[in-house]
Amino acid sequence: MSQNQTVHFHPAEGFAERSRAAVNDAHLRRSFRGAMDFLQAKRLSQFPDADELSALRDLGKAIRLHALANLPDLLEQLEAKLQANGIQVHWAETPDQANAIVLDIAHRHDAKNMVKGKSMVSEEIGLNHAMEVAGIEALETDMGEYIVQLAGEAPSHIIMPAIHKTRQQIAELFAAKVPGVAYTDNVDELIRIGRDVLRKKFAAAEIGLSGVNFAVAETGTLYLVENEGNGRMCTSVPKVHIAVTGIEKVVAKLEHVALLNILLPRSATGQAVETYQNFISGPRKPDELDGPDEVHLILLDNGRTQAYADVQLRATLQCIRCGACMNHCPVYARIGGHAYGTTYPGPIGAIISPHLLGLEATYALATASSLCGACVEVCPVRIPITDILIRLRNEAQAASAGKLRGGGRARKPLQSSIWLVWSWIYGQPWLYRIVSWLMSRGRALAPSNQGAWTRSRTPLNPAPQRLRDLLRRPASG
Amino acid sequence: MNPSIPRPYPPKPANAYLFATCLIDQFAPQAGLDTVSLLQREGISIHFPEAQTCCGQPAYTSGYPDEARIVARRQLDLFPQAWPVVVPSGSCAAMMRHHYPKLFANDPVLYAKANELAGRIFELTEFLIHVVGFKRVDVGGSCTVALHTSCHARREMGVHETSAALLAGLTQVKVVRQARAEECCGFGGTFAMRHPDISAAIVSDKVASLKESGAQRVVSADCGCLFNILGRAEKIDQSAAKGTPSLPGEHIASFLWRRTSGGEA
Ligand code: SF4
Repeated sequence: MSQNQTVHFHPAEGFAERSRAAVNDAHLRRSFRGAMDFLQAKRLSQFPDADELSALRDLGKAIRLHALANLPDLLEQLEAKLQANGIQVHWAETPDQANAIVLDIAHRHDAKNMVKGKSMVSEEIGLNHAMEVAGIEALETDMGEYIVQLAGEAPSHIIMPAIHKTRQQIAELFAAKVPGVAYTDNVDELIRIGRDVLRKKFAAAEIGLSGVNFAVAETGTLYLVENEGNGRMCTSVPKVHIAVTGIEKVVAKLEHVALLNILLPRSATGQAVETYQNFISGPRKPDELDGPDEVHLILLDNGRTQAYADVQLRATLQCIRCGACMNHCPVYARIGGHAYGTTYPGPIGAIISPHLLGLEATYALATASSLCGACVEVCPVRIPITDILIRLRNEAQAASAGKLRGGGRARKPLQSSIWLVWSWIYGQPWLYRIVSWLMSRGRALAPSNQGAWTRSRTPLNPAPQRLRDLLRRPASG
Repeated sequence: MNPSIPRPYPPKPANAYLFATCLIDQFAPQAGLDTVSLLQREGISIHFPEAQTCCGQPAYTSGYPDEARIVARRQLDLFPQAWPVVVPSGSCAAMMRHHYPKLFANDPVLYAKANELAGRIFELTEFLIHVVGFKRVDVGGSCTVALHTSCHARREMGVHETSAALLAGLTQVKVVRQARAEECCGFGGTFAMRHPDISAAIVSDKVASLKESGAQRVVSADCGCLFNILGRAEKIDQSAAKGTPSLPGEHIASFLWRRTSGGEA
């Protein structure tokens, strides 16, 4: 099968155009709205007791804070334990390094075929593209990922990659791209077609690649959840299993996984538990029948240490990638995942992407929020997403570059002078009194075209008399 | 801050300050007057420090913390007595109660001031319910309304229930629930200007769900949301050449005052 894979990062300047196109796409709006309503209701049904949920979230946050507070030590412990278990550990600072490590392993095994379980980090590093260039077929085996790969697209959601596609679109895609398949929009039939294709590939692949949900330092265990069984196939059928993950995914103890996994599936898909939970603790032992001969873990930085170095922004790394923030985000629901132009869309995308890609390229995402806090309300590990968005806005427009890559680059002279004047007016009561009086008196002159505001709304006009004028007269009560 | 943890409320005071917000002062003074009327009728003397301007939120959320600090700094000194400060906006109240301490975190003296002030900032509806014990007879005719609660009132102040409780106390008023009542209206301060397409998409959905709810009018304790929702509804009316507004609305203070003062319903 040939895919026209590309690197799917779109520059930030296009965000306004992409989001405009998305909100005007009635079809896309309907499908996202329906999906978000469904996911919100499912999540809520899993957390009937608000107090219990609140306590669980406290616990989830504490576990993640604990892991981050000890991150360097835990990573060392993880490496030692994994190695003791026979798992080879690699460190990658950049996406290129990570891909080079994968290629190196592939070349050593003369591999031409790779099957992939769902992995957002592999999307982040553009792994499929790197493999294609090297002549290796990297086939997605998660049904949603398979669909977007067939379509030559990127995932539009971190948990449900093909959520933007309707059944009919998938039917057309299969008929066009899968050899020998007639058009059908029967869901069971479509899944069967996909399974048939993938089954054969599992058997032929030399390498299985997967992500990791949590890496347990104490035991050297890689924990991976999924619903289709393809993850288990990818990690046990091929001779070589390569797992890729970000350095923040480590937790101290196995029991921490048990607690976090109360929150993860419920927050993500509204399931009480995933269908498959994989605890990977090493390659096949001599007396075991199945399992890979080699297991590798690639630990990726790609800007995460920048977040780690800042007391406030470190909270970004608490994330367990459940997707609840995007499922509840009014902006994501309107524009979908592709408009963001980044691997991770939605609220988590807006706060993590600046570390991966630089603030200059991703600043638009931080501004694309009304700061309504719906994400903060549902985040299972209580990341203060809105506070972080405000911080990123500050850093992007700061007068000096600051500590973040691409900081200060969004500062515009006109805009900063407007805010400076604003602070003079509202910071000097006498000046405010004059200006607001003039605005009231001159209300007839208020423009009927108030820019972006009046494109969709009637103008906002000052009242003839300010409250302070009216209060000078005897009170009405 | 965790809005699910209840805060302590003082007994009903003889005096209280009003921080009216810049939006009400300049654009919606009636909401301010009605707030004063509601509180004075309960025997509370209302003090309006004339030097008040704006809480500073517009700059704070737009990424200009220094400018926000200049403006917020001015408000810190306006309330010297230990009286409660009533704010007829959940959003501005949240700014003063939850964000002022963060804004001045690096200055011990101002931080202490901000913290002290934050402790006596009350959003109007929570003040009416929890401090005043508001119980007034509804003398208006029967009508159907929908309540829109601002995101900051709901998620930062945790006061969505107090607006609802005030409406529930009006015997002739039927409150209907619009679909996705918890969702943002799409205002978000400068967000509406910066991302007009996304903002318009969100507020259009909000207007549609409010109309579908069967409500004759919408009430809210936040003027920012109201301007956004009503401005959008009016624009839609204009393009449909409708004379009477299809979705009128007002600040909850005005609605409450009219219903309980014998003014027209
Ligand atoms: S930020 Fe929170 S809600 Fe969003 S994906 Fe991460 S853990 Fe889930």
